[in-house]
Amino acid sequence: MPLVKVRNLRIETVPRDKNTPITVLVDDVSFDLKKGRVLGLIGESGAGKSTIGLSVLAYARNGCAITGGEIFVNGCDLMKASDADIRELRGTHVAYVAQSAAAGFNPAHRLNKQIIEATVRHGTHNHHDALKYAQELFAQLGLPDPANFGSRFPHQVSGGQLQRAMTAMALCSKPELIVFDEPTTALDVTTQIDVLAAIKRAIHFADTTALYITHDLAVVAQIADEIMVLRHGKMVEYGSTEQILHQPRAKYTNQLVSVRKIQSDEKVATDNAVLEMCNVDAAYGGGIKVLLNVSMSVCAGQTLAVVGESGSGKSTAARVMTGLLPPLSGEVLFNKEPLQPTTEQRSREQLRDVQMISQMPDVALNPRQRIGNIIGRPLTFYFGMKRSERRQRVIELLKAVELDESYLQRLPGQLSGGEKQRVCIARALAAKPQVIICDEVTSALDPLVADDILKLLLKLQRETNVAYIFITHDIATVRAIADNIVVMYQGKVIEIGSKTEVFSPPHHDYTHLLLSSVPEMKLGWMEEVIEQRRMHSADN
Amino acid sequence: MNWREVPWSARVGLFVILVIVVMSIFAPLVAPYLGSDIVGDVWESSSDQFLFGTDNLGRDIFSRVVYGGRTTLLIAFAASVISFTLGAVLGFFAAVQKGWLDQLLSRGNDTLMSLPTLIFALVVLSVLPTNVITLILVMAILDATRVYRLGRAIAVDIEAQDYVEMARLRGEKRMWIILFEILPNALVPLIAEFGLRFSFAILFLSSLSFLGLGVQPPDADWGALVKENKDGIAFGISAALVPATAIAILTVSVNLVADWLLSKTSNLQVGGEGN
Repeated sequence: MPLVKVRNLRIETVPRDKNTPITVLVDDVSFDLKKGRVLGLIGESGAGKSTIGLSVLAYARNGCAITGGEIFVNGCDLMKASDADIRELRGTHVAYVAQSAAAGFNPAHRLNKQIIEATVRHGTHNHHDALKYAQELFAQLGLPDPANFGSRFPHQVSGGQLQRAMTAMALCSKPELIVFDEPTTALDVTTQIDVLAAIKRAIHFADTTALYITHDLAVVAQIADEIMVLRHGKMVEYGSTEQILHQPRAKYTNQLVSVRKIQSDEKVATDNAVLEMCNVDAAYGGGIKVLLNVSMSVCAGQTLAVVGESGSGKSTAARVMTGLLPPLSGEVLFNKEPLQPTTEQRSREQLRDVQMISQMPDVALNPRQRIGNIIGRPLTFYFGMKRSERRQRVIELLKAVELDESYLQRLPGQLSGGEKQRVCIARALAAKPQVIICDEVTSALDPLVADDILKLLLKLQRETNVAYIFITHDIATVRAIADNIVVMYQGKVIEIGSKTEVFSPPHHDYTHLLLSSVPEMKLGWMEEVIEQRRMHSADN
Repeated sequence: MNWREVPWSARVGLFVILVIVVMSIFAPLVAPYLGSDIVGDVWESSSDQFLFGTDNLGRDIFSRVVYGGRTTLLIAFAASVISFTLGAVLGFFAAVQKGWLDQLLSRGNDTLMSLPTLIFALVVLSVLPTNVITLILVMAILDATRVYRLGRAIAVDIEAQDYVEMARLRGEKRMWIILFEILPNALVPLIAEFGLRFSFAILFLSSLSFLGLGVQPPDADWGALVKENKDGIAFGISAALVPATAIAILTVSVNLVADWLLSKTSNLQVGGEGN
């Protein structure tokens, strides 16, 4: 008898009134999960994977309801269980680890108190035993100073440590089943691997069963025994990890497996740098310096990738280049001419030449302006275009980013994430810039959508000879599109060079860490990498 | 906007406001007598001739309320519009400009807000010549402090969004950012606030008139009508209750509409009942 048995699960939205149509979130999903195994649920946003994960806790988010099918956990029929049974189930038999540990902990209490609370409350352990077990778990999860770690407050530990503390909290009551909902997605790539390894070790140590939800196939491949691929609430494929990776049957799975395989030919650096940053120091409001003597440059028609983990100063570098943050010392050169430190002091022409695309397409577009106006504004502003001429050009730009005329009158809220990012790209292109600074443009997007955006950016570079400064933490993106690479770590430039130079050994220790931390779609990759490590990330 | 989605409370509010506005505009057609004419005995009770009876001088109460509605609505509306324009523009400007100008405006605003409004209005109105213009301006400036606060808070929030940063990177002027990036996104909460402020303006004007510093006789707004007839209450004469009820009905109606607009702005209303 499997520990979890789900049959023909159906989850729908609860309509607010008669006129709202019902949306089916999860349709006809069935699986078995045997004790001691890990099942990975994978799919893009909206695939219904979190909804399924929550359903084994007999929980449906506000506005949704489980409308059909059967869920058995440990022999208990959740569809028929009473409220008291369900309360008993949650926290003792089934535990949940959420994506954002920072939001899951109460900042006013020490970690220990929160980690053992459920266990003590449910009477599984007494206070003393629970603390002792928590310390064992801390050790298993690789947390520093296990004996005293729990007496810290949530803000005194790093993001990666907090995520592990959350895992300890879930494991503490010795549940039969744990649901992990994207536990490493919010972490840096270098930290992700540590947390992933710790979770895997702890699952074995506690001899428990897990449901692991993620959008990243390479991540789930390291930890899951079986994988279920979901799309639009329906099951696409269900099989062992090995089968999914090596013999995917469905077309969609195949796409997921072969994602991030774009390769661009590296262009040789020339002398004519368009945008340069020379020996820049910068700080926010006179505090600690976040950039220390940073220099970098990009040539016309080429792509410079700036890589590093969060806090390495890569976005700050972008702010200095655009003039949003005046540097403390050093200067920014455009076509060998120095640029003024702030946006206000720069000429309209200089502003036009350096455009930026930001990470979150959702907030980069004014929700009250129509797409036609959003893209049209730079045309009016920089080139004084009016009515039909402007409209014509906006349509051209929409075509360039593979959208059509029908988008002109739409509002940003009516577009998907990928479409919004395309509009952002079109807006940047409208200014006919020589340089576009792309700040993590693909990190908020699903992998397949991100791939399309990268392909689009490469195509546009070939057509318009624009230079990109590509800020990212994702090495796969860098591999795909960079000509030159700058590696940043704690506000300093650690390594700079062409893609081949940086990617081929000998590596700087940090570059090695960064390169080796990118999950690869093969079995046993994680164990291999951890054995070969030379240093740890700043966040660890 | 779909008329079907409008809740019944807001429909009632809209209907009542409409009726009051129409009655005020067409006062000469609606009212049987001129508001200032003495047409009967002092404090007559309601009859076929005088719908709600007569007031302390023998004027028809119904006619006076209808004509009084004109003054009340005009002053309250004008004061609200001016206070919103002033408060919102300054608030947005402070939020976008930041720095010492923001500090100056905000602290000045705090100073004004720290004075009790009624006392402040009493002092100012007893010094300045009492006419409708001064009245509107004093009410507008006092109300603008509240609008400034709200406007600045909303704008600071919007100003931190990426799309405003993008506009700034493009090199847009401050005025453009205020008008095209911030204003459209601040409009709904501001309109909701307008409803509330408008009803407060009616009440404030009534208080001022009741104290004798508002609209001067023989013109009268609803507050002044209450004041004129308040002595009758001691003798069991209900004349004062008619304008008082009118104030109550208008304020409640405006609030019903404002509540509906406010609920549209709150993003918390999602989904159904859950489980």
